[in-house]
Amino acid sequence: MSYARIVWAHLCKDLRLEWRSKDAINGMLFFSLLVVVLFSFAFDPTTAVSRQIAGGILWVALLFATVTALNQTWTRELRNSVLDAQRMAPAAPSALFLAKVLANFFFVTAVQVILAPVFIIFYNLHALGQGWLLWIVLPLGTLALVINGTFFGALSLRTRNRELLLPLILFPISIPAVLAMVEATTAILTGEYDPGLWIRLLAGYDVIFTTISLLLFATVLHAE
Amino acid sequence: MPTKNTVELESVSKLYGSFAALRKVTAQFPVGQCCVILGENGAGKSTLLRVIAGLLHPTLGSVRVLDAPASQNVRERIGYLSHASMLYDELSALENLRYFSALNAGTEMMPAAEALRLVGLKAELERPVGQYSQGMRQRAALARVLLAQPDLLLLDEPFSNVDAASVEQMQRVLLTLRSRGCTILLTTHQPELTRPLADRYCHMRQGAIASWSEGSAA
Amino acid sequence: MKRLLWIAVPVTLALLVQGFREAIFVAPTEATMGNIQRIFYYHVTSAWMAFLMFFLSFCASVAYLMFRRSQPFRAEAADAFALATAELGVVFCSVVLISGPLWARPVWGIWWTWDERLTSTLMLWLIYVSYLLLRRFSAGAQSYTLAAVLSVFGFLDVPIVYMSTRWWRTQHPAPVIGGGPNSGLDPSMWPAVWWNLAAWFAWGMVLLTLRYQLERKRQREAQEAALHALESDLALGSQER
Repeated sequence: MSYARIVWAHLCKDLRLEWRSKDAINGMLFFSLLVVVLFSFAFDPTTAVSRQIAGGILWVALLFATVTALNQTWTRELRNSVLDAQRMAPAAPSALFLAKVLANFFFVTAVQVILAPVFIIFYNLHALGQGWLLWIVLPLGTLALVINGTFFGALSLRTRNRELLLPLILFPISIPAVLAMVEATTAILTGEYDPGLWIRLLAGYDVIFTTISLLLFATVLHAE
Repeated sequence: MPTKNTVELESVSKLYGSFAALRKVTAQFPVGQCCVILGENGAGKSTLLRVIAGLLHPTLGSVRVLDAPASQNVRERIGYLSHASMLYDELSALENLRYFSALNAGTEMMPAAEALRLVGLKAELERPVGQYSQGMRQRAALARVLLAQPDLLLLDEPFSNVDAASVEQMQRVLLTLRSRGCTILLTTHQPELTRPLADRYCHMRQGAIASWSEGSAA
Repeated sequence: MKRLLWIAVPVTLALLVQGFREAIFVAPTEATMGNIQRIFYYHVTSAWMAFLMFFLSFCASVAYLMFRRSQPFRAEAADAFALATAELGVVFCSVVLISGPLWARPVWGIWWTWDERLTSTLMLWLIYVSYLLLRRFSAGAQSYTLAAVLSVFGFLDVPIVYMSTRWWRTQHPAPVIGGGPNSGLDPSMWPAVWWNLAAWFAWGMVLLTLRYQLERKRQREAQEAALHALESDLALGSQER
């Protein structure tokens, strides 16, 4: 119970900080918009093709955008050495991690909500498969990006070139998740095959990596 | 039964590669005393405080804080303050303090407004900490440490770039704390500012304790 | 240890020569693929060695995380071992990734296909290269801990990568030339496989030992330098007083 209250305190703090500065969300939004536009130049988005590639573009845009935001969320803790205060606090470190994951999840979802209409208009999309399944795929996929991203953000926090390092370690580990989200989304948009397998893979990925992230976060936070 | 020493260091060394930040530091800091640690930049003052705080793990030697080995969890009874404010710039002082209180669930906490009043800040101040003067920011930082009513206070350069009025205010707070039995370890470049506080001076050089001298406060 | 190497190095060289002889001259020419099939003896043994190395690296990383507080000096040895095995794993994995397309081009007609094994091997290579990069970008004891954590993540990722790429290929009907050379190897070809496996295993172990000792030497030298500095400057300090 008190754990939940601590997570809530962390979460409120993160949301409030973001609300006051709006660094992460603005950067993320504009960045993903740019990627979507750039890709539509790179691949001619006529309706026939667009269904095949839209899933991939959506998730790659979100992946890049997430990385820009993740650097921000941890740099914030580094400023004024607040991280030392966090390490001194008796609260469980995993609560800090969990709250950051939730906050980042919220930011990325907000970006999706704004990006989705743009996406549908630009690529002239409507799902041929079971469209409602997107309501499962999107949160699961976002969670997969955000969990690993938040964890590796903390991991690369005190290294040299941390902004460069984060994508370098995040992307290889995330490849199966990216594959699963892209495949599930494409399956839903084209309606050519069943996305069930991919959704299950994504759910499994989320469960596994949430667990080990929570277990190993204290180690990473106190690494010196 | 409380021991006489709040902090006991037994030949503590901290190595960074081939650089020794601390060399075999052996020292005791008795309960309720204020010890001022002096030394040049790079003498190991900050490292010493961080090792005692548990933020750094000593390479060799043992640290006992508040009658427990350093690995054990006594963190809520230690207040650690550095020259960085350790507060979020975007939040007001009260918001910052309420947040840090919430992290100490289960321990008796001083109300945030009370802590701010002690350091002479108005709780109603809506401005974010980022817009405070250095003196105010440092006082707010001190208020954060007061919340948990610590038994051991570690202050790393608390008075650097702080205006005279703020220094005086902070000194008053620290004197009250010491009179209540709180042990204080403080590093500074300006020993004259700590004259009313210091029971003892500890001089560090090249990561080792070079000498001790008595303070005037006793 | 040094004497052991004096024995191990000639034995390894002999094994490599014998492996080469078996693979190139003794093993029969494959009926459909011809001589190009002989790459297989190097390709497959390297793949097995790469997996072995990555597995050892994972074990060493877990050991490091477990003992880094209680037995810091033993933990450092585990870290040196994790680094050495990861580096060798990347070397073997690179051999796999280079020899594979060399074989595939004449046999399949394409350099690369996104089939499950190729893809997951590539992912594995990427993960461990990022592991080595992380070690470059961070310093001191912190680097050991962070790298060990990443290694655990990477290893847990491997089965997921394999499953996902497997499903991916079965989902997309693509002209993958199935089976691969591993399906039904002629008995006369097995000696070449075993000789090469023994040879490359020995080669890997010799390199591993050397690399491990080099890293240990570096760690020990840093330790000794630090301890030396610790003592000598203290003496200097007391003289001044």
